[in-house]
Amino acid sequence: MNLLAALTDVKIPAPEVQWFALTPMFILIVASFVLMILAVLTPMGQKKSAYALYTCAAAAGSGVVSLVLWFDVKNHGPRTLISGALTLDGFALFFWFLISCAVFVSALLIDDYLRREDLNGCEIYVLMMSAAVGGLVLAAANDLIVLFVGLEVLSIALYVMAAMHAHRPTSQEAAIKYFVLGGFSSAFLLYGIAMTYGGTGSTNLVRIGTVLRDNFSKHPQFIVAGLALMLVGFAFKIAAAPFHAWAPDVYQGSPSPVSGFMASAAKAAAFAGLLRVYVTVFPTLSPDWRPAVWGLAVLTVVVGSFLAIVQTDVKRTLAYSSISHAGFILIGLQANSADGTSGSMFYLLAYTFMVLGSFGCITLIGRTGDDAHSVDDYRGLSKQRPVLAFVFSVFLFAQAGVPLTSGFIAKFGVISAAVKGHSYAVAIVAMLAAVVGAFLYLRIVVMMYVAETEGEARTVETAGRIHMPYGAVVGIGICFVFTLAVGFAPDWALNFARDSAPVLIAIPK
Amino acid sequence: MLSTALLAEAHGAVAFPLLTVLVLLPLVGAIVVAFTPSRRPDNARMVGLLFSVATAALTIYALVNFKAGQGFQFESKHSWISRYGISWHLGIDGISLFMVVLTGILFPIAMVASKPHHDAKPYTAWLLVLQAGVLGAFCSLDLFLFFVCFEIVLVPMYFLIGGWGYANRKYAALKFFIYTMAGSAMMLIGVITTAVLSAAGGKVTFDLVEIATKGNIATVTGRWLFLSFALAFAVKVPLFPLHTWLPDAHTEAPTAGSVILAGVMLKLGTYGFIRFGLYLFPRAAVYFAPALVTLGVIGIIYGAIVATMQKDLKRLVAYSSVAHLGFIVLGTFALTSQGLEGSILQMVNHGVSTGALFILVGMISERRHTREISQLKGLQKSAPIMAGVFTLVMLSSIGVPGLNGFVGEFLILIGSFATRRWYTVVATAGVILAALYLLWAFQRVFHGEPDEANKNFKEMTLAEGLSLAPLLGLIVFMGIYPKPVLDRIEPDVKQLIEHVQNNSNYHQPATSSGEAVAP
Repeated sequence: MNLLAALTDVKIPAPEVQWFALTPMFILIVASFVLMILAVLTPMGQKKSAYALYTCAAAAGSGVVSLVLWFDVKNHGPRTLISGALTLDGFALFFWFLISCAVFVSALLIDDYLRREDLNGCEIYVLMMSAAVGGLVLAAANDLIVLFVGLEVLSIALYVMAAMHAHRPTSQEAAIKYFVLGGFSSAFLLYGIAMTYGGTGSTNLVRIGTVLRDNFSKHPQFIVAGLALMLVGFAFKIAAAPFHAWAPDVYQGSPSPVSGFMASAAKAAAFAGLLRVYVTVFPTLSPDWRPAVWGLAVLTVVVGSFLAIVQTDVKRTLAYSSISHAGFILIGLQANSADGTSGSMFYLLAYTFMVLGSFGCITLIGRTGDDAHSVDDYRGLSKQRPVLAFVFSVFLFAQAGVPLTSGFIAKFGVISAAVKGHSYAVAIVAMLAAVVGAFLYLRIVVMMYVAETEGEARTVETAGRIHMPYGAVVGIGICFVFTLAVGFAPDWALNFARDSAPVLIAIPK
Repeated sequence: MLSTALLAEAHGAVAFPLLTVLVLLPLVGAIVVAFTPSRRPDNARMVGLLFSVATAALTIYALVNFKAGQGFQFESKHSWISRYGISWHLGIDGISLFMVVLTGILFPIAMVASKPHHDAKPYTAWLLVLQAGVLGAFCSLDLFLFFVCFEIVLVPMYFLIGGWGYANRKYAALKFFIYTMAGSAMMLIGVITTAVLSAAGGKVTFDLVEIATKGNIATVTGRWLFLSFALAFAVKVPLFPLHTWLPDAHTEAPTAGSVILAGVMLKLGTYGFIRFGLYLFPRAAVYFAPALVTLGVIGIIYGAIVATMQKDLKRLVAYSSVAHLGFIVLGTFALTSQGLEGSILQMVNHGVSTGALFILVGMISERRHTREISQLKGLQKSAPIMAGVFTLVMLSSIGVPGLNGFVGEFLILIGSFATRRWYTVVATAGVILAALYLLWAFQRVFHGEPDEANKNFKEMTLAEGLSLAPLLGLIVFMGIYPKPVLDRIEPDVKQLIEHVQNNSNYHQPATSSGEAVAP
């Protein structure tokens, strides 16, 4: 009796929660739990399209609410949530929207893929929504521990997604590689967080920022070590050279739509964390981290484009190209300016749709078995599927940075940020690497359009006719329209990125 | 009443965005062509031709309504990417006017004169996209917009060479794309840096006229920026030693592709030198003029010698372009008003005569399925009209008085003699070499007794003749009476030279008063 009375007397201070601001997360979490339960109650092997539509609806809901919140934040200012664990600013909502879009398009691509590959179950959708929630947390994290939790939720779901193709041994292999190296990189990140905590006495970004601003650290060397280790951890996640070695194997082995999801949503989320931490918290230490990021950026664009030329597998080629894109995005971070950050964000926005569209096309061209990925399998595609060949070419040209596509505006943004910061060397290296990169994209285009089909051992015909399911067509169509629309009229997307700058807000007492 | 009518007229003249329509019309045409049924390729060709003729009509309209000496005309300016200060700014002056008209005329002719062997629909659509891009580049008065158009033309050309070219097309298309893109990669950085530095901390704008009027870029910085632009233009022209993509691309491209490539696309480089080299960086242009003139003269001699040795008729014409474009660069960087006028005129002349030459070579190779000079013999016997047409075009290309080529080359040589005497002497040798390689090739192909394979060579048809007729008319007209063209070019050229003089220590020698000129 006494005990009970004592317990009721104790007031555990519960933080105030602004439930509406968390709606996008709740939609995805609840949707994934409900789907797990629903899947048990419905008969096996059917209604797979219903799962995909359900996931699309959840993603659309979370995307729309994110946009509503974005306008709300723009008008009423950013705020912190759950006693300073998360920040609700334009930056977070920008990435919430982006990740929701990636889930939407990926679900459309996965739908027919499962049927084609004779894979059962709804797990992939559940995992994808969980991964997205991890990404959402990561993008909004206002505390290094929360950031780490978000990253792990994202990563663990992705490890399993990589292994989803039960009939392909390479899929399991990819998952193991991803898991081991991902765990390794998480350790680096965690160690970096610990070091930063040692140096500043807090894991909260705002408090760390205050300590740095007041120059009040007794152990500044810990902070620098922490910065370096965190950079390594992030560089693994975004596949920046020299920490990129996992990406080609994993992208090649994973089911094609999952590779697309990894290259888009996962990379965007990891970049969100990286940008927020380095740009908002550590700008005063930029003399320490800028040279490192500079080196990473240069190495990444060069390695990504040069190693891509020698590949013969299209998925592997695109993995290297996505490495090179990471380098371009790092150039924006390297500039350490408002222009640079918004340039990187715009790049991620454009890149997400380009890469999803590209992997969407690859998914279709891969045919049953998901293994027709050699460049030879693209030989003469324009004869069999002229529209698909054209759309894929547009994505490839966009990735090469040809004008009037979103990819060009994206490259323009980060390069002009570099020029404004007088980093001419990195701009020149990046442009030269872009030319080298153009070669690899053109090689695929050449195969689709130019290469003779007569007398060749492997052509697009030998693997059978390409099936074009509705879902994938819609998904690729969205990416196609976005890529060209932003290429012709980029103003709104540029302003969207500019108005989403990350901020540090004092925690309400 | 009168004033309101005048106002309405003036308002109407402003309200019709001529250049915007001019650039977008072929693009709309390409989209329309893309939606025509694939089973009726002739429909696609007809629709494409219709759009391209309409565009040509608009360029003629611009030519007629152009008023000499009033700077940029038909301007239209709209904000495009306000975030970066980029605007959709179009306008033409006497320098770009004839490039635009040439583009307008050459495309329909190229479409009529050669028929693709397969997939006429995408072929026509790509040609129209190409036309929009080239027109956009010639009309744009915004650095960013120019770069976009300059770069976007690679895509349709890549597909035209790759999809409808000859045996080695895959290699040629890839080389063309990568080579040119590598050239312009540095230009993008140059464009951004120019805009950022010119803004000097203020609002960044990419507007060409604003940046050029401000002219506040430091001398040494300006040199680097000039180089970043010059590299892109030198590849495009192409200047020796960056010309190696050209013979491959020209030889492997389908006839229409070669016509457009030589006729219009190479001019993007020489036009770029004038509009973005001289106008934007006058001091740097003066500084680098000796180097560029040297490269131009090397190109004249080198192109002519290599052309003489060619076994392939199309490759010969391709190398003759290297020589001709060398003349244009010489005239441009002679930095005299005659030289510059001659350069601009010669750009048009080269487009007309080399375009016609490529069409003729295309006809020969269609009939004989070879372009090897050694396989062709005595074609004159069975095709006297074609031989006659070929002679006229060839003489124009050589620069025989009375035809258009002479006027341009003569002006260039006069202009460059004033400032670069010995270069001019060497360049004049190029004129003689041009006579050598073209006449010799003509002799081998058309003269003599035809052998078994060449005996039944088909004469030019009426349709083919008609498609060439406008070009032949221009060759003769501009040779006899170039005044209307020169009158429109001259004021803007004089103004440009003045702009260069005002912004550098360069001074154009006044030859009329007997002022001593540089040796």
